[in-house]
Amino acid sequence: MAGKVMWVTDIEKSVLINNFEKRGWIQVAENEDWNFYWMSVQTIRNVFSVETGYRLSDDQIVNHFPNHYELTRKDLMVKNIKRYRKELEKEGSPLAEKDENGKYIYLEPCGKAQGKGIFLINKLSQIKKWSRDSKTSSFVSQSSKEAYVISLYINNPLLIGGKKFDLRLYVLVSTYRPLRCYMYKLGFCRFCTVKYTPSTSELDNMFVHLTNVAIQKHGDDYNHIHGGKWTVSNLRLYLESTRGKEVTNKLFDEIHWIIVQSLKAVAPVMNNDKHCFECYGYDIIIDDKLKPWLIEVNASPSLTSSTANDRILKYNLINDTLNIAVPNGEIPDCKWNKSPPKEVLGNYEVLYDEEMAQSDGPDRDLRSRSGQSTGVKGNRARDSGKPVLTTWK
Amino acid sequence: MLDPDSGLSLTIARIVQRLKGSSLHSQLERQARGNWEKRILKSLNSMCTELGIPLAQKRPVNEQKELLNKWNEMGTDEPDLSLFRPVYAPKDFLEVLMNLRNPNYENGEQLSFRNHLGLIQVPLKVKDIPELKEDFSELGLNIGQLGIDDSAQVPPEFFENEHVRVGQKVLAEQDSAAAQQYVRQGCPTALRADLWALILNISNQPEDILYYEQLKSNVIQHDLLVDSLIYKDVKLTASNDDYYFVFEDYLYQVLLCFSRDTSVLEHFTYSSATPPKSYIRGKLGMEEYAVFYPPNGVIPFHGFSMYVAPLCFLYHEPSRLYQIFREMYVRFFFRLHSISSHASGIVSLCLLFETLLQTHLPQLFYHLREIGAQPLRISFKWLVRAFSGYLATDQLLLLWDRILGYNSLEILAVLAAAVFAFRAVNLMEVTSLAAAEAVLADLSTLKVMPLLQIFLFATVT
Repeated sequence: MAGKVMWVTDIEKSVLINNFEKRGWIQVAENEDWNFYWMSVQTIRNVFSVETGYRLSDDQIVNHFPNHYELTRKDLMVKNIKRYRKELEKEGSPLAEKDENGKYIYLEPCGKAQGKGIFLINKLSQIKKWSRDSKTSSFVSQSSKEAYVISLYINNPLLIGGKKFDLRLYVLVSTYRPLRCYMYKLGFCRFCTVKYTPSTSELDNMFVHLTNVAIQKHGDDYNHIHGGKWTVSNLRLYLESTRGKEVTNKLFDEIHWIIVQSLKAVAPVMNNDKHCFECYGYDIIIDDKLKPWLIEVNASPSLTSSTANDRILKYNLINDTLNIAVPNGEIPDCKWNKSPPKEVLGNYEVLYDEEMAQSDGPDRDLRSRSGQSTGVKGNRARDSGKPVLTTWK
Repeated sequence: MLDPDSGLSLTIARIVQRLKGSSLHSQLERQARGNWEKRILKSLNSMCTELGIPLAQKRPVNEQKELLNKWNEMGTDEPDLSLFRPVYAPKDFLEVLMNLRNPNYENGEQLSFRNHLGLIQVPLKVKDIPELKEDFSELGLNIGQLGIDDSAQVPPEFFENEHVRVGQKVLAEQDSAAAQQYVRQGCPTALRADLWALILNISNQPEDILYYEQLKSNVIQHDLLVDSLIYKDVKLTASNDDYYFVFEDYLYQVLLCFSRDTSVLEHFTYSSATPPKSYIRGKLGMEEYAVFYPPNGVIPFHGFSMYVAPLCFLYHEPSRLYQIFREMYVRFFFRLHSISSHASGIVSLCLLFETLLQTHLPQLFYHLREIGAQPLRISFKWLVRAFSGYLATDQLLLLWDRILGYNSLEILAVLAAAVFAFRAVNLMEVTSLAAAEAVLADLSTLKVMPLLQIFLFATVT
């Protein structure tokens, strides 16, 4: 006799709780029997740590992979990409390049999301000075508390209306081996409310360079109706209208490709625990040549809503996520094949399905349509002659 | 044309009657228009007096320098606009239109008009659905359309690919007339900017860029009261819009220049309106000291910036954006906020809308009238703004494709009626104006081409 799903959450957000309640699920405490636990990343660490020896049963599902940090911590992602690149091409260009051209270097403490602890430094010498002052001895610190990673920061971002923006896309992974991932069609652009000028004096103005909504909220110009956000379909319409259809399609194809490659790179080292799924927030920036760059991957994308539209979007995001991760809203059985029927995808589209790709063979390429991202990407071979991961700078 | 049975003399009599009627119309029109224009100017002048700000003044040099530096980011400026109010809003204008009257009841052709129960009481001639079907024949059910036949479910080989190919050819040959015909079936997004420029004859020559730079320097040197009105309008409308907030700065750059563009005055020769005049201080009434104010003769109203906003999706160079907007204004938009009997004028559009609704959805029309929700009260703002800010941008652009293609704004009235038809079931159940407004508050999910097609070609009349 199927009972009701018992749920626990560390994150007290209405977009989550409303979704649980609308399914008639029952809230329980963490120490009771539960079927579904929306954990914070601290909890997942405890649950799967060697000391606790926690064992999940077949009717329990959690929303993180135990070692998601292989993807979401930049230094580890860098490591995995490097390994992956070597596997693919036996190339050896390091990711954190020493650039003497005055390119901005973007320093972000790993493991701290939402724009806290983010600051910008120009010129490598300044970085070295800072490194020395902060008692870390190398560029890439392996300190357990905070590891600062230098990622190349582009100074020719695509500007729209003279404003800088980044792209937030949601990607759901239900299994890493075989890799099965879904892209949420309704991503959005986050615009900087203050004008972008690359002059050095502006560097101190954090609002100019950073787009994380959490920081923008406290900037003077923050607007509560649109929250400085644009839908991806607006972006597509603008780019098609001003740049043309082919380059726009290419941009979106490359974005999908970057995401799939990042997941493939970490798939071999991920603990592909059958009790887990994960919804990532990908932050991507586009340069003025319409090339996308990955900034970072978030394991806990913010579920706070800054506007009414935002609340609706995030509510639907969780709804569609749960429909895929917990089929029919019933007590889960982790032995299932994690292959939901097409009808339940909602606003998700299959981004990459390794099983299907392998059985199908060559590329299955859906037409790009205005307002819709392209669908399944098969085993995409880049035959342009350029090294496979030049986008990984 | 001439009906052999009724005889030539009868036809001539009808024509004379019509002319008589129309000259009376134009007399009343002129009066109404004159009153309206006086009212607007009076409002502007009194704001000017109240606030103690001159209509125009030269900017001090340091202010000029500052503005020049900030030219690309005027949106970050936060001037105190609390004391400024829009000179008028669409609903004020509607009140004026409602009070236009024609006392000529004897004309036989007005008979049908006597049964007109809408807000507009001027018996202008408007088209009926058979005539509209003919005029808009390219929107017919058997003809491919962008906005319908390019949806994801339709294979592109069916229509889209060929249509794109034809569009590229039209552009390659720089054929303006062909372009106008072509866009009746919609513009592919990648070709739209160039097609519209071709139809509007905008070529972006060096002298055009120079002209724009000249206007820009006028802005830098002189401060106009209307500048504050423009700021306020942008801050109230486009800055809060999900689609257009991104382009706030471009809107200032276009509209401030627009106010100073005296070439816009030329459109008054074919518009029936007159540009407002103001007098150099101390020389009131002396014609040699009269100047047009603002220099382009157009006083912006609440929502004016929304004429420019959608164009920002197509053009990202300020001078090109400017030229396209200016041409769109002098060809089309000016008709939406001035009183005339032109078929694309706002009065005719309102009447067309009401007539379509009353003729083809009489039950709905009477019901709404009964509950104090005259349909035009709700749709007027859509018409004045050419639906900008009400439709999703991609849909709006498909609609404006057809405005350019047919060189007429009548499609706005048809769409307004089609929207009411689409939501008729819900509207029949409401019992107040507020509830009716609520049913029609959100048009952002509507697909305009299917609505238009169904209303014109697939509704049993």
